Amino acid sequence: MTSNAVVFALTALLMPAASFLIIGALPPLRRAGRVAAWFSSGCALVALVAAVLGWRAFAAAGTAEPMRAVWWWLPSVRGPLATVGVLVDAQSTTMLLLVTLVALLVQVYSTCYLSDEPAPSLGRYYALQSLFAFSMMGVVLAPNLLQLFVCWELVGVCSCLLIGYWYRKPEAARAALKAFWITKAGDVGLLIGIVLLHRLTGTFDLVELRHLAETSQIPLAGLSIITFCIYLGAMGKSAQFPLHVWLPDAMEGPTPVSALIHAATMVTAGVYLLTRTEWLFALTPQVLAIVCWNGAFTALLAAVLACVQTDIKRVLAYSTVSQLGYMMAAIGAGFAGAGFLHLLTHGIFKALLFLGAGAVIHAVGSNDVADMGGLARRMPQTAIVFLIGTLSLAGVPLFAGFASKEEVLGSVLHGGFPIPFVMLLAAAFLTAFYMFRVVFLAFFGGEGYDGGGGYEGARAQDSHDTAHHGHGVGSLAHAHDAPFIMTGPLWILAIIAMIIGVSFLVTPPHAEFESPGWLTPAAVVVALSGILLAWLTYQRRTISADALARAFAPIRRAALARFWLDDLYLALYRSVLLVFSRAVGWTDRYLVDGVLNVISAWTLDGGDRLRRMQTGKVQDYVWAVGFGLLVLMAWIGVAW
Amino acid sequence: MGLQAYLTLAAVVFCIGLFGTVTRRNTIGILLGIELMLNAVNINLVAFSRFRGDDTGMVFTLFAICITVAEVALGLAIVILLFRTRRSASADHIDWLRG
Repeated sequence: MTSNAVVFALTALLMPAASFLIIGALPPLRRAGRVAAWFSSGCALVALVAAVLGWRAFAAAGTAEPMRAVWWWLPSVRGPLATVGVLVDAQSTTMLLLVTLVALLVQVYSTCYLSDEPAPSLGRYYALQSLFAFSMMGVVLAPNLLQLFVCWELVGVCSCLLIGYWYRKPEAARAALKAFWITKAGDVGLLIGIVLLHRLTGTFDLVELRHLAETSQIPLAGLSIITFCIYLGAMGKSAQFPLHVWLPDAMEGPTPVSALIHAATMVTAGVYLLTRTEWLFALTPQVLAIVCWNGAFTALLAAVLACVQTDIKRVLAYSTVSQLGYMMAAIGAGFAGAGFLHLLTHGIFKALLFLGAGAVIHAVGSNDVADMGGLARRMPQTAIVFLIGTLSLAGVPLFAGFASKEEVLGSVLHGGFPIPFVMLLAAAFLTAFYMFRVVFLAFFGGEGYDGGGGYEGARAQDSHDTAHHGHGVGSLAHAHDAPFIMTGPLWILAIIAMIIGVSFLVTPPHAEFESPGWLTPAAVVVALSGILLAWLTYQRRTISADALARAFAPIRRAALARFWLDDLYLALYRSVLLVFSRAVGWTDRYLVDGVLNVISAWTLDGGDRLRRMQTGKVQDYVWAVGFGLLVLMAWIGVAW
Repeated sequence: MGLQAYLTLAAVVFCIGLFGTVTRRNTIGILLGIELMLNAVNINLVAFSRFRGDDTGMVFTLFAICITVAEVALGLAIVILLFRTRRSASADHIDWLRG
């Protein structure tokens, strides 16, 4: 029996798919641009309504049992090898809400943000947006690992195409390919993991697998390799060290795309995958420990990197990497619920921050905080919502990120990982610091930041999507709040973030563990001290930014060089991959092709020689016939 | 004279015809050689028919002679056409069978 919740989930899943197909298949609609935009947004709205109804229907059903509707996909003798369909449970309906909400708001926002774009490319943008939303929902609702993997790859393709939306810009094209290949490196691991798991258990189905795992029918031998392979896939998508390098570069795409990638689709897929398969990971504690340690390390590393960036989008990108580290650390500590909660709240406020940054970039025409300053007076609405997002990210009470971040910290401590806990606490301090550095530099203080000494290094690497807006640097005096169609989504997200924050204060989320009493004050003190340091440095200027930079000179230099990870990858690419490719190319050209060429040359040569036998003269053939006849007769005679 | 003598004669005529066909450079000579070979076969047929007292061989021979006439007419026509297009009736110049 298919219940209402399943029908609603299916509707939500198929709306963006229909939108993509219709926009893709009807060139006049696609070339019309604006019409395609509103059509796609309309479909996203229907999907959101369906997701809300589906969520309510599932909650009303009052059952923890997952509901599903599946169809055969790869039939084989012993039942279907794979199915497609939807799996509706508490996790997937909640995640579906987030995905559809952010997708809708981003699409509406983009109609204004990208209003200067030519109509045909706007149509392409919206077709891809719809496909992106569909594939992410496919991951969210997947009832088995095979459908999950297919949609997972679709997510990767869509993100590549949208990051490279301005594909004529070489940096954007390169960033798109980088995002695709680095996540692809992780996806190979995921595919291997899924296939190995099928070999071990004979099923792709998540419900069956969960049943097997919970009744401990899965052989433990070799399971660590499988879970580690699955973690590799999540590592690539969710930008965990050392595969995080694609995410900052992905900032080359339009800002709404960054909002979508960071908040609802793409990077959340990895965390969601681990949340979905937590019962499998629970069987392999050693892999979980890796997940936790690496998550905490990523969180700290990205926080340090974010401190030296001057590009507002790059600061946000590194903050995402850092927050993903938090989620992974919580999952690694064995409390996937805490990670999932942080994923949801982070999705809301990160979408808010990115769209707010987009409004600033739209108004100022530059990504660089040095070109901003005093924007709070000129763009009061944007400043308020950005501040709400920042407070949420910093983990200040009353705001969305506070409760979930505390949950994550508590779970890591409770899971028995004190050192990662300290790393995460340090990252929380840095998070508050770097976010408020951006706020003070961009929204408060004088117009035009005086440089503070030595940030040019990062500036030089950064590129700006200035050219795509008609404003240009230096239009600070004319900066103003964006029209309602852009501020509307910002306010919606800000209000949701506030509601979540306040409601968590009233009714704390149901915790799976008991945190020590000192944790909440500690988290608040850490966040507030980060804000205080940023205030003293960038607002009051009682602490010189130069002195701070000098004090941490070695770390700063390393962070400006992104800890040489990109250089390492480049060197590896040049010294290993290119040499290997050349060797393979040589083998193919001279060994494989060589053998074939020799054989074909021999054949041609032999044919050339044989054809000399033929004179074309009738008499010669008569000779041959006569001689042949004689031989035949002689043969017959001997036989007798 | 026994059957042996007729068969020997036919074999000799056949060999002369074959030799002519293979060695003559003139296409008309080749046609003549073919005629000789055919007639050698006819001799065989008639000889067997006479010695076995079966008339079928005679009838068959008459039939073969008729066919031969038609064949010679066709062959001569081909030779004339060859001569017209090539200005020569020498077999050495005809090597169109070579691809």
